[in-house]
Amino acid sequence: MSNDTYVIRHVSVLGGDPADLVLRDGVIAEVTAPGAASAEGATEIDATGLVALPGLVDLHTHLREPGREDAETVETGSRAAAAGGFTAVFAMANTDPVADTAGTVEQVWRLGHEAGLVDVQPVGAVTLGLGGRQLAELGAMATSAAQVRVFSDDGRCVHDAVIMRRALEYVKAFDGVVAQHAQEPRLTEDAQMNEGPLSGVLGLRGWPAVAEEAIVARDVLLAEHVGSRLHVCHVSTAGSVEIIRAAKARGVDVTAEVTPHHLLLTEQLVTSYDPVYKVNPPLRSEADVAALRAALADGTIDAVATDHAPHPVEDKDCEWSAAAMGMLGLETALGVVAEAMVSTGLLDWAGVADRMSVRPARIGRLDGHGRPIAAGEPANLVLLDPTAPRTVDPAALQSRSHNTPYAGRTLPVSVVATFLRGRPTVLDGAVVGGAAVRA
Amino acid sequence: MKRHLLSAADLDRDDALLVLDTAAELAQITDRAVKKLPTLRGRTVVNLFFEDSTRTRISFEAAAKRLSADVINFSAKGSSVSKGESLKDTALTLEAMGADAVVIRHSSSGAPHRLAHSGWIQGSVVNAGDGTHEHPTQSLLDAFTMRRHLAGGKGDLEGRRVTIVGDVLHSRVARSNVLLLATLGAEVTLVAPPTLLPVGVETWPCATSYDLDAHLKHTDAVMMLRVQRERMNAAFFPSEREYSRRYGLDARRMAQLPDHAIVMHPGPMNRGMEIAAEVADAPRSVIVEQVANGVSVRMAVLYLLLGGANLGDGTEA
Repeated sequence: MSNDTYVIRHVSVLGGDPADLVLRDGVIAEVTAPGAASAEGATEIDATGLVALPGLVDLHTHLREPGREDAETVETGSRAAAAGGFTAVFAMANTDPVADTAGTVEQVWRLGHEAGLVDVQPVGAVTLGLGGRQLAELGAMATSAAQVRVFSDDGRCVHDAVIMRRALEYVKAFDGVVAQHAQEPRLTEDAQMNEGPLSGVLGLRGWPAVAEEAIVARDVLLAEHVGSRLHVCHVSTAGSVEIIRAAKARGVDVTAEVTPHHLLLTEQLVTSYDPVYKVNPPLRSEADVAALRAALADGTIDAVATDHAPHPVEDKDCEWSAAAMGMLGLETALGVVAEAMVSTGLLDWAGVADRMSVRPARIGRLDGHGRPIAAGEPANLVLLDPTAPRTVDPAALQSRSHNTPYAGRTLPVSVVATFLRGRPTVLDGAVVGGAAVRA
Repeated sequence: MKRHLLSAADLDRDDALLVLDTAAELAQITDRAVKKLPTLRGRTVVNLFFEDSTRTRISFEAAAKRLSADVINFSAKGSSVSKGESLKDTALTLEAMGADAVVIRHSSSGAPHRLAHSGWIQGSVVNAGDGTHEHPTQSLLDAFTMRRHLAGGKGDLEGRRVTIVGDVLHSRVARSNVLLLATLGAEVTLVAPPTLLPVGVETWPCATSYDLDAHLKHTDAVMMLRVQRERMNAAFFPSEREYSRRYGLDARRMAQLPDHAIVMHPGPMNRGMEIAAEVADAPRSVIVEQVANGVSVRMAVLYLLLGGANLGDGTEA
């Protein structure tokens, strides 16, 4: 099958010296000196000046299906993911119905398989209906076809300490991890934005940093006590960073993620009262952004995860307090990380590969992703052009929704191609292949 | 002046004095037997009230009518809003009707800002109170009232000491007053239990205190804010009586004020809670006058925002 062979010429692997990559039968068949790979019968791609990273892995995506297909579907979300350079996404459980049974996670997994653009790995709910009271059948989800390893009530906090403790303990039986949405509910009732001087001036109810930090602190202590693995979703405050840093230093098995928007945007944007900037956890202060960048750079925060949260126009085109929380992330994540971390010298491309592919794949126990770019490894790759800035046009996004906070903003890099097991899902910046035609 | 009045911070010192001076001129007309000016004839002012406030609505209505504007009252109750129509669709409807100015009251902070900046409507937007954010025309009428009593009815409020007492956290009146009074040179002190002061209040252009008695002797105007009794259910304070004892203005506390000091309240009052009945009805209470001044100030705001014909033409009518 000659059409299935690709030779990628003169590509900079992880930002290093140029090489040729030969992709065949789903794997990287060869890595050779630049210009040395045989092109016989293969499709050649001139990748001079491009950087190759392992396909990106997003630990935190809302694909909205089943239930809110007006906002996103597994198929449109998969297109967005591929366009953003991702080869695997973890689909959060807060769908309707909630992904709290083997049947629902298998449905999402199957839809992802049918779309065929990215590996869609379902996250299972921790508690039935995200209700926080009774554990969902975690074992059934773990042994289903979807082989769930990450469990989260994301959108809601598992705030009951006993339920959290039991969940942390229970998932040890199948090497699972509880991904906590750290938000003390009583301290954040009807919260609208970061609590601080600006919330006081704008008259918007505050979401205090301590509401996140109190849960992070409790959970690392619980994880330490029961010897379990904890993952903290969308860390947003300098205080949480300090707690996680100290826990890691003690040897607690805790990992953490940060969103692209918390690495780049601050609460100052809320002065516009434009709900495109309304997100949970909220945009924070400059000091928090600086602490999050430093923590991602030094590895205290393990991964970038998008918290891609599509919403239909009517849920954002309204007054602030009536608007839904969340923003798109898949198609801009790499560009935002490039601006926040690479342009600033905090991470090189190898570091980006580690935080956006290697570590998230490991946290989610996703074999076949986040692997080295070497002969014999699965051919999951993204090629990016580090010298081709791209201006974000909401109408041009693959997502069914348009609620990007980066409209009109120019991000420093572009995704040129994405390969899923040796097959292109994006070529020349356009989504190709996939099983279904976009609705 | 800017095209909209969304925040007291939209007014620099010159703007604020222009509004107050214009209001003073218009107030003289209000004292005449025929109170009407032709200035805004043919212009349409919409009172868009998503939240009940009969007092503020009729004040704006009277102001617009005295300037001969056509007034449309659009209240959430009995309108399509209660059936779930969005702010956007309501705005587009008003735009189709040709509103020159929209006076909006909304429970959501920032709704007037959204209305003004989303491209839904072309006219001027006047914030008549949004959530716990601002109420700029209230601060203008308060400044107007203070200027009459404390500054001879002209100029700014340089050096005048204003004490604002009560639920600052949830008060749009306090936010607008702090901003405008600082612009006009007054020295503002916010007095409240710590639970009812916003995080970051130390960055505001005012002082704060937890002790009402300590400030009364050095106050030219004391403004009592309405305190909702339900706040105690969220543990902002233990009980009505404790609140009243520590932060209510009763006759004993009023007696500590200097002789020239005035007592203000934006209304509606909880008599017996933040203000005792004998204080509300005392000679130094200017609470009723605040209401009358509200019409003059709102006339001035509409007049200036809509760029009506110059005032000289109008007074000849």
